[in-house]
Amino acid sequence: MKQKLVVIGAGMASGRMLEHLFEAGGNFDVTLFNAEPRGNYNRLMLSPVLSGEKTYEQIVTHDADWYEAHSVDCRFGEPVVKIDRENRIVYSNAGGAPYDALVIATGSAPFIIPVPGKDLPGVCTYRDLEDTNAMIAASAPGTKAVVIGGGLLGLEAAAGMAARGAEVTVIHLMGHLMERQLDPAAGYLLQKDLEQRGIKVHCKGATKAILGEGRVEAVLLEDGTVYPADLVCMAVGIRPEVRLATDAHLEVGRGITVDDQMRTSDPSIFALGECVEHNGQLFGLVAPLYDQAKVLAATLLEQEAAFQPVQTATKLKVTGVDLFSAGDFADALGREDIVFRDPGRGIYKRLVLEGNQLMGAVMYGDTADGSWFFDLIKQRKDVSDLRDTLIFGPAFSGGASANPLAAVAALPPEAEICGCNGVCKGKIVTAIEAGATTLDAVRSTTKASASCGTCTGLVEQVMALTLGDGFSANANPPMCKCTDHTHEDVRRLIKSLGLKSIPAVMQELGWRTVGGCASCRPALNYYLIADWPTEYRDDRQSRFVNERNHGNIQKDGTYSVVPRMWGGVTTPAELRAIADAADRYAVPMVKVTGGQRIDLLGVKKEDLPAIWADLNAAGMVSGHAYAKGLRTVKTCVGSEFCRFGTQDSTGLGIKLEKLLWGSWTPAKVKLGVSGCPRNCAEATCKDIGVVCVDSGYEISVAGAAGMDVRETEFLCKVTTEAEVMEVIAAFTQLYRENARYLHRIYKWVAKVSLDWCRAQVEDPVTRRALYDRFMLSQSVYQTDPWAELAAKPADWAPVADLTLRAAE
Amino acid sequence: MTQFIDIAALDDIPRQGARVVKTPAGCIAIFRTGDDQIFALDDRCPHKGGPLSEGIVHGAQVTCPLHAWVFDLNTGLAQGADEGEVRTYAVRLEAGRVLLDAGFLARRSAA
Repeated sequence: MKQKLVVIGAGMASGRMLEHLFEAGGNFDVTLFNAEPRGNYNRLMLSPVLSGEKTYEQIVTHDADWYEAHSVDCRFGEPVVKIDRENRIVYSNAGGAPYDALVIATGSAPFIIPVPGKDLPGVCTYRDLEDTNAMIAASAPGTKAVVIGGGLLGLEAAAGMAARGAEVTVIHLMGHLMERQLDPAAGYLLQKDLEQRGIKVHCKGATKAILGEGRVEAVLLEDGTVYPADLVCMAVGIRPEVRLATDAHLEVGRGITVDDQMRTSDPSIFALGECVEHNGQLFGLVAPLYDQAKVLAATLLEQEAAFQPVQTATKLKVTGVDLFSAGDFADALGREDIVFRDPGRGIYKRLVLEGNQLMGAVMYGDTADGSWFFDLIKQRKDVSDLRDTLIFGPAFSGGASANPLAAVAALPPEAEICGCNGVCKGKIVTAIEAGATTLDAVRSTTKASASCGTCTGLVEQVMALTLGDGFSANANPPMCKCTDHTHEDVRRLIKSLGLKSIPAVMQELGWRTVGGCASCRPALNYYLIADWPTEYRDDRQSRFVNERNHGNIQKDGTYSVVPRMWGGVTTPAELRAIADAADRYAVPMVKVTGGQRIDLLGVKKEDLPAIWADLNAAGMVSGHAYAKGLRTVKTCVGSEFCRFGTQDSTGLGIKLEKLLWGSWTPAKVKLGVSGCPRNCAEATCKDIGVVCVDSGYEISVAGAAGMDVRETEFLCKVTTEAEVMEVIAAFTQLYRENARYLHRIYKWVAKVSLDWCRAQVEDPVTRRALYDRFMLSQSVYQTDPWAELAAKPADWAPVADLTLRAAE
Repeated sequence: MTQFIDIAALDDIPRQGARVVKTPAGCIAIFRTGDDQIFALDDRCPHKGGPLSEGIVHGAQVTCPLHAWVFDLNTGLAQGADEGEVRTYAVRLEAGRVLLDAGFLARRSAA
């Protein structure tokens, strides 16, 4: 007698399973339920349907003729509502179907983030043909669409709608796109490509609400950004659709639990596809699902088979975007990276090796060798012999390593050295022979290495060959071991290439390490903050501990807390609040600082949010006593009280501090304002000093009183407070834009010369432009960090406490 | 004895950052790298006792915030010219949760 086989779900996995079953001549009466009113189609091809490159008809896998030829009883558009395990009957609202064997292939359901407005008309997911048609209908040119989720599915949805003319914005919670498949560098290249197609990408964006009355109108993010939207597509992830199995009391973890034969906890019920969990693992890509289909068909035919998940590779199906990722590319014990970057062509390749085996590969821009690498990963081949040339792929057969200088010497004069500016070797040699004997001179006469700088090493080799012993390489050392670029080069290139993220800098400037180091990361973070104040977002994890925790770390791991006292002036109420805080948090030492502030020393990290909240409540903000930024403006009492005072130095100091506080600078900046040449505020050993005289204000800069002690040098004299403010803000901005990270003002001025600085701030147009840029940056960064951080005290405490557990 | 216990969600720990777990034997730093690898090390630099959890995490290394010693998160070994070792603990990531091998607590109380 024929066995009765009932299948719930006509998706790709169950479709493939039926194909295997019929090909093997299995003797079954098949009843196929599907909630969608149609049979099996290739869901992977919904993206080309969305973008208009294919039609639905082209992606149908099984048509009506196929089902009829195999006598499948099709119950399409009939969702199953119940499984009666005792009597072995499956029910839809239209009636029951008895089974000998049952296959659950209900797939997955899109995850809907629980925000207000999620049920508004115009909010869709990206799962089936209905969703696709909704997006097609809404993607007329000029309409605005927001995709929440920058994973595989979300980006395909975004690219598809953009191809139909919609203005698409992708909001992604994590720091870079497709973070499960790509590392930050490849994620950056992908973002760049998508942005070139007019898709806006907002990373680190958490959706707060979907706005609209009666219909979706906009998406609001936690950071306050609002994106207008006619359509919102949620593609933040999927979860196995297990409701039927749960109701039937089958064993269900995250998915329906199956064994190696795809059997559930009920021996006559099987499951496959995205709804199952096998050895704790869920499945979303098609390759393992097809393997499951093969195993389940064999099991039903009473043949031996066992499902073993294999590694899978990922490719994004967006026309013109070339990315590939396979295997495991995370850092781990004993793993090594081979990284290849070609910034000019937007290529990034990273291989991860463990011992003599290739473990993972991420590639962007050129993925031609992807399958070759994937094969090496799957076969666990020994690659030690290939290692030197592995990254160049199968085409490169290897050879003896050449002396780089000899290789450059062998190049013909017409060989291109600088790809950005199309400069050949002959032109560089001619320039050197005509007297360009330094790298800067070669750059300015030929433009070679003047853009992305990647060819600097090559240019230097040409110089070494041409000049012989007369050549000495650039004495300015590189920024750190991660790069050959100097700080100055990196600053210049960040601006000229428009690099706006740390991964972007690392990719375009050919960083040798994956995540930089403790030396370059804070520097890059600062340069990006200074150069792109409104576009770049501060990366807290690239901050040194003091700036991350907004306190000065002490030798025992406690912190010092210094509230701001504008111009060194305080009130009885503030002093009481400080005293109360010192009592409440048992502060071991209260000390007056050299910058006229009060320092609470020895505060425990977990107490920081509470002590900040208390001080905030008393009207005080962070004194930034830990920052590479504006620290203090020290003042004397001035004309208000002092019998010698010529101007209101206290009032001017307070105004300057209120103007400058919150700004990040290459190194700390301290100011002093003295009311007369007796100079009680010691203004002439500060980074910027103001000495008041009867006829106005003398501004001097580049003092120091640390490891080096220096008197300030005269910058200029002005007659009004307003001019003091504009000159000092402009000078600070000049420093912010040009100095090397960690160089105090005096070091920077020694390099660029005081005359140059003076010329900049004395020219009214330049000064005003600098002032305006400073104020633009202040509009973003002049905020009290304590207020925001104190709101989340849990983040400052241990994440778990095992002391009690041990006591049990 | 290996005994994995659930201590936190992966997302409680910032990427390229760390959080600490308090234990009777001192704090353990739980690190999360840029690509979501998890490591557990004593939160104490062998040089001058600096809290490693507050260091900058780069690749699978951390730089101590006090005097910039660099440690490999896999082995706990100091890098470069410095010599020293930080104790490491087994840690596992399962379904978005971080599990720490707390076997050292049992050993400690048995002793």
